[in-house]
Amino acid sequence: MSPRDLLRFCFQALFGHRLRTALSLVGMAIGVAAVITLTALGEGARRYVIDQFASIGSNLLIVVPGKTETTGIPGIATASNDLTLEDARAITRGTPEATRVAPLVVGTEFVAHGALRRQVAVIGTTREMLYVRKLAMARGDYLPAGELRRGQPVVVLGDKVARELFPGEEPVGQVVRIGAWRMRVIGVITPRGTQLGMNIDDTVAVPVATGMRMFDRRSLFRIFVEVRSSAALEGAKGRVVKILKERHGEEDVTVLTQDAVVSTFSQILGALTLALGAIAAISLTVAGIGIMNVMLVSVSERTREVGLLRALGARRRQVLTVFLAESALLSAAGGLLGLAAGWGAVRILVKIFPALPASPPVWAVIAALSLSLAVGLLFGLLPARRAARLDPVAALAGK
Amino acid sequence: MIRLEGVSRTYQLGGQPVHALVDITEHVAPGEHVAIMGPSGSGKSTLLNVLGCLDRPDAGRYWLDGREVGTLSDEELTAVRRDLIGFVFQSFHLVPRLTAAENVELPMVFAAVGRGERRRRVEAALAAVSLTDRAGHRPDQLSGGERQRVALARATVMGPRVLLADEPTGNLDSASGRQILDLLDRMNGDGITLVVVTHDPSVARRADRVIILVDGRIARRLPGAEITGALDLLAPAGGPA
Repeated sequence: MSPRDLLRFCFQALFGHRLRTALSLVGMAIGVAAVITLTALGEGARRYVIDQFASIGSNLLIVVPGKTETTGIPGIATASNDLTLEDARAITRGTPEATRVAPLVVGTEFVAHGALRRQVAVIGTTREMLYVRKLAMARGDYLPAGELRRGQPVVVLGDKVARELFPGEEPVGQVVRIGAWRMRVIGVITPRGTQLGMNIDDTVAVPVATGMRMFDRRSLFRIFVEVRSSAALEGAKGRVVKILKERHGEEDVTVLTQDAVVSTFSQILGALTLALGAIAAISLTVAGIGIMNVMLVSVSERTREVGLLRALGARRRQVLTVFLAESALLSAAGGLLGLAAGWGAVRILVKIFPALPASPPVWAVIAALSLSLAVGLLFGLLPARRAARLDPVAALAGK
Repeated sequence: MIRLEGVSRTYQLGGQPVHALVDITEHVAPGEHVAIMGPSGSGKSTLLNVLGCLDRPDAGRYWLDGREVGTLSDEELTAVRRDLIGFVFQSFHLVPRLTAAENVELPMVFAAVGRGERRRRVEAALAAVSLTDRAGHRPDQLSGGERQRVALARATVMGPRVLLADEPTGNLDSASGRQILDLLDRMNGDGITLVVVTHDPSVARRADRVIILVDGRIARRLPGAEITGALDLLAPAGGPA
């Protein structure tokens, strides 16, 4: 029996039972569509997070005080050195690859204007942060450029803070109180939205020295180092570590590259996508059982036909092949249908949530299609074997 | 063409052994036309199934076309059915979703006959049963007589040596039945060995020989020409017919 004859025979059989064929197609299609849609969502979440990182600059080193490894003698605390403004200055001087260095100190404080009060995150930093975080100004200017230590009483408001404290007023030039400090507003940042879990719009920025005094900090929270190119990233990282090791007498900082952070997030979300896909794959198994059901019904309905085929000289193996091919065709067609449906669903999702760059990953498409085919063959095996084992005499009599 | 020696077939029905065939010894010459008659449950169908290699005897030996088929594997028996035997059934057994031409083509599809050859043979087989103009019709668009003619075309399309017919006119009116019997006679005249199981004396009368089975044994053998009118199938051999 040639493949062409086999296909024709199977198509004729499937078209002979339109409703039954359609129902099992739908079952398989839903399974595949679920895999496609859910993995597309997972993949969309992953790409969303990566895009977020990209928006704060990708050629970035992040210096964190403390070392992420177990050191010292158990039971005896080893105090690590502070990360200071002097350290930031040393990095600026000693790292030719660095285009910008932005120190960061963070605290929470009440910001008040007249009777309006709002508790917000206060970021102590320098003008470099404007470029490192790719911020833009709606009004006024960002923190003044200049040396680190002066600490002028000026503040830059996030968009939301400005709107809340100055409803209908021009904030620039006015004075706000931050805790016990009186500060002059010099600018408002354009709306930026949430970036890495921190809503920039709901923060205020003050000069780093002011911030450290305000919160009585001796150590910086982070130092951001923007590097010329991603190729220079590793070299810059080594240099920063070396500079700080010399200054502190030990290696007590952790330098993260943006890449490492991104790839960690990417791995986590990739695993999530895989898990979503695996859950959706369960519905493929259910669809497979549906196909098995349909094929079992088909075999018992076509018992006489099987008897006839055997009488006409069809071998057991040929009967097996015919029924297996039918279930494989069913599942493959259902899979393609599901692919189309899933794709459509993803397109609709993207229309509704344009921020989410959802699109099914290629591996999920291939996996869903090959899994549906495998499921069809696997669950088609039992009915096909039952058909092939029928006794011709009994089958002809319809028994 | 067909030689049976001491063939027996017993099967279990509700825990009871049923002796469907008991010690059958018979010889059918090539080109012969034999009718098998007998009351219900006399073993006619079992005998036809054994002759058609659909069923195996429990005891005895069976030669078909000089080959002992009892020793053949399941796979080889399938090939024997495909190449040497054509079946015609009382209920036609056409595949309802296929056209007349596709039904006739079916054995050749499974025998992997080339497409061009298939088309040629389907045309010839349908022409032989005068159904060329019905080639594209499905069974539900055909009359009973036409359906049995399609079945006949299908049974002969592989060029078998033996044609086995089980009550071929049982579901047909007398005019269609006669048409089928004429076709069978003509094919037999062309050299095919024909074995027909029937209740109908007018069918049996056309045979060269009639074998009467009672309780799985051959009760009588007589020339077809001697079958007249109603036949008392249970009458003992040599008694008044």
